[in-house]
Amino acid sequence: MDIVITICSGFFLLVGSFLCISGGIGLLRFPDFYTRMHAVGVTDTLGAGMILVGLMILSTDFLVFAKLVMVLLFTLLIGPTTSHVLAKAAFHNGVIPKDSNNLRQTEEKENTSSIL
Amino acid sequence: MLIAATLAIFVAMILAIIRGIVGPTLYDRILAVNMFGTKTVLLISLLGFVMGRPEFLDIAIVYALINFISVIGVLRYSDTNQFKHTPQDNESTKKES
Amino acid sequence: MIDIVLLTLLVVVAIAIIRMKDLFAVVMLTGIYGLLSASFFVAMDAVDVAFTEAAVGAGISTLLMLVVITMTGRKEKPTRHKPFSALFVVIITGGLLIYGTLDMPYFGSADAPIHNHTSPRYINDSMEEIGIPNIVTSVLASYRAFDTFGEVVVIFTAGIGVLTLLCVARSKEYEAEVESINDSMHQQHLVIRIVAKMLIPFIFLFALYVQFHGDFGPGGGFQAGVIFASAIILYAMLFGLSTAHKIINQTLIQLIAALGVLLYGSVGIVSLMNGGNFLDYNVLSSNPITGQHLGILLIEWGVGCTVASVIVVIFFNLAARRAFQQHKKQAQDKESSAC
Repeated sequence: MDIVITICSGFFLLVGSFLCISGGIGLLRFPDFYTRMHAVGVTDTLGAGMILVGLMILSTDFLVFAKLVMVLLFTLLIGPTTSHVLAKAAFHNGVIPKDSNNLRQTEEKENTSSIL
Repeated sequence: MLIAATLAIFVAMILAIIRGIVGPTLYDRILAVNMFGTKTVLLISLLGFVMGRPEFLDIAIVYALINFISVIGVLRYSDTNQFKHTPQDNESTKKES
Repeated sequence: MIDIVLLTLLVVVAIAIIRMKDLFAVVMLTGIYGLLSASFFVAMDAVDVAFTEAAVGAGISTLLMLVVITMTGRKEKPTRHKPFSALFVVIITGGLLIYGTLDMPYFGSADAPIHNHTSPRYINDSMEEIGIPNIVTSVLASYRAFDTFGEVVVIFTAGIGVLTLLCVARSKEYEAEVESINDSMHQQHLVIRIVAKMLIPFIFLFALYVQFHGDFGPGGGFQAGVIFASAIILYAMLFGLSTAHKIINQTLIQLIAALGVLLYGSVGIVSLMNGGNFLDYNVLSSNPITGQHLGILLIEWGVGCTVASVIVVIFFNLAARRAFQQHKKQAQDKESSAC
């Protein structure tokens, strides 16, 4: 039983770390902002999820398990939302994807004044 | 295994810092800070397990929430004219309109 | 080993902060700096400090500095002279300080005075004199309660200072215009508003958990106040400042800030009236241990109230001033284009 737990959590931790490192490499090597954001957004959430599941298997106390479940839920909810908001803000502020020929600037930028 | 995962998260954090310093547009820097934040959450959880102190998970939860609020705040306040990204200057200094 | 890596990263980020001219990038790097400091504290096993640094230094400070930068300007003004005399003074002072530290005992050596006199007293006697497991909270809230009182008064003074300098009077037609913009923006910000609505109750609950769990784990009044204020700031950012003003009465927030400090001082005065010293909790109840628990609970509550309301006050005033400035600039632009 011990061996099974160690192997399972080791597998999840390994996959999670590989995803996180590949996300970091993608952040450095991709040519454009939107591609980098895609790399970070996908691998961040999934890699974090895998590492947290691996830690959940290793936990002994119920309180630790419950807190890890909370961190996992927050990460799953917050990660994609942040990617969405970041891409939307960058697009509205004029960051144009590379190699795009017929992308017109959004004219309704002037109406989006700050509401604060 | 846990220590290997900790080192991997460290490497990812260093890569994020490199992009944060180099990144030409400012949105690259916001992205780098966001990724650094989620990696910090994972690093604190892993360090808690490695050092045998489960109280670190409170810090991880707080940090996940604070990271979210900071990035939303940054994006909320970056729609003034100073932050419009014009195509010709991809440098980190922009003209103020 | 981890310490050396983290400190090297700190130095690299600090040098990058100094050399960059774009203030926005500097703010982002300051956020990373705060996070690295929090990780460093975690590696040194100082959990409460890491908690506060993560919440305040890496979250709220970045946000507030960002709001200020959008008001003042994004590029650093170029220095017009080479500051050689300033560099000379700094080098002399730094050299004197380093010379002064040569006399101090090594970092973590076992025969330093702090490890022989004060730390064993706290570690040995805290459980039987005060009875809570977290020694950091017992030192902060009971043994050194007077210093913590000073900290709370400093935070309150900062809130008063911001109110004095940045208070902005709002006019009626400005409010109506802002509300109409708010309604039309709902479609645009739909995803983030719904996600925030799901998260905000949990953030409040977590703040209350941190407040009351401070006796047993990391936490306490300061951290709980910051988390509570950050939930309110999230709501105000996404739904508009006028909506937030309607929900959270400004006068009430200012009153709560003052009440927190008053509660803290009142605990001290009640101890005086019961025959003990100022902020001596042993006399608050018939059993000294119960008195200590009651005293710590009340003052942590006072600290949490003051910290939360002062951060909310600072943010609301900065954001209102920013909106006022933008409104004036838009009105000026409209006038100049109409001429």
